[in-house]
Amino acid sequence: MIRFQHVSKTYPNGVEALRDVSFHIAKGQFVFLTGHSGAGKSSILSLILAEHRPTAGDVRVSGFPVGKLTANQVPRLRRKLGIVFQDFRLLEYRTVEENVAFALEVTGARREGMASRVMRVLTRVGLASKAHVYPKELSGGEQQRVAIARALVNDPPIFIADEPTGNLDERATRGIFQLLQQINGGGTVVVMATHNLALVRDTGYRVLELKGGQVVYDSAQEAGGTA
Amino acid sequence: MRSSTPFREALRTFRRTPLLSALSVASIGFSLFTIGLFALVALNFRHSLQNLAERVEVVAFVLRGTPTETITAASQDVQAFPEVLEVRYVNEEQALSRARQELVEFKDAYRDLEANPLPASLELRLKPEFRDARSAQAVAERLRGFPFVDDVRFGRDWVQRLDRLRNLAALVGLIIGLAFAIVAVVIIGVTIRITVLQRATEIAIMRLVGATNQYIRGPFLLEGALKGVLGGLLAVLMCWVMYAVFRRTASEVASGVVFFGATAIAIGLVFGTLIGLLGSLLSVGRHLKNV
Repeated sequence: MIRFQHVSKTYPNGVEALRDVSFHIAKGQFVFLTGHSGAGKSSILSLILAEHRPTAGDVRVSGFPVGKLTANQVPRLRRKLGIVFQDFRLLEYRTVEENVAFALEVTGARREGMASRVMRVLTRVGLASKAHVYPKELSGGEQQRVAIARALVNDPPIFIADEPTGNLDERATRGIFQLLQQINGGGTVVVMATHNLALVRDTGYRVLELKGGQVVYDSAQEAGGTA
Repeated sequence: MRSSTPFREALRTFRRTPLLSALSVASIGFSLFTIGLFALVALNFRHSLQNLAERVEVVAFVLRGTPTETITAASQDVQAFPEVLEVRYVNEEQALSRARQELVEFKDAYRDLEANPLPASLELRLKPEFRDARSAQAVAERLRGFPFVDDVRFGRDWVQRLDRLRNLAALVGLIIGLAFAIVAVVIIGVTIRITVLQRATEIAIMRLVGATNQYIRGPFLLEGALKGVLGGLLAVLMCWVMYAVFRRTASEVASGVVFFGATAIAIGLVFGTLIGLLGSLLSVGRHLKNV
């Protein structure tokens, strides 16, 4: 699903964010991206999202060659991805329901059946009762659930979570993590960048650790792995 | 659940930020108002030039002793000239009586005459589109071809001056009008850009969930067009107020002053809409390129 081959990324300001990074994430995997700030986690995610292009090497996401995408193809790639961020990025003047529907609307999805799709995904994240509430009235954990519902509504094969629990207390963190596990249980690839080593430990999921723009540890290879 | 369409999105912006929206409509309105005011002056200037041009007339004096039938026959030919609106035959007696009426100072001189010194003439009025020096000259040349025509006059200097005035007015109008239009586009672009920046987060989210640039652009273009047309209406209203105030305060000179016709107003509104569209296209395009 996601393949990095000898990828380097140097930003226009000269910062070398990634150096010769290679890994492969297969269908159905749950992968933690760990490392300190500036280690290269964000650069990997932004390459997956096609926000940037690799300086060298090849990035393939769900078959799309990120380095060679035209401006028109970028939205097509993004529709294959569900994305959540630390800061939720909800539209504050839209209700929960409208925020989720928004992701369907921008893809030009048909109007009929939209409401039921939205309700189904809200039920899945446990927020069906708050469909008509505005984000400000929700707790951080609930807001992140809305963001997750929005990311899921298009049934993406890949789910990207950039520090999704960074702003949440421990209880909310556990809830969100369980939700991501359920999503992965349905066969969706989940890539989660996190600082939270307590969360990573003992889960048995694959861990990619970055340092100075390089992969310094890959639990899959340690185990003689599948990657 | 209310689904969003570009139109609803555009309206939503107006509802969410009424002050900013009103402000941008006002600034569009004022910049179109300056154009409108200028256009109004230009319109009235043209109007009075047209009144002047009404007087462009070609007169062919007829040789004494030419039979009336010859002249009548010829005047039909002249009437058939593409430039000619109307031909009037003025015989010697009519010329004399008109001279007595119009030239009051010479009334005595004309009264004591034994023979009528004035020639008969054909007076031609030209169609509006031919009231310029070149056409008048061409018609005059053709009239000289008739054997019974003694002399042709059309006030050459005066017509040429009118021509120059018209060209100058058109040029000045074009330059100032264009300058105002550019200023309007810039102002509208800036106001739309403020809205775009204000909605930068939303645009970023739209892009993340896979919205195409066209989809993102839609509501902004509509918003720009809407503001353009509202600004246009405001400008027409302000122009009308100016016109009314001018008519009231300067009633002696203002009697001939005219206001835009329905077509001109429609053109103005379409123009406002286009400027609004262009302004938002430029500012959204720039933003999308940078994100």
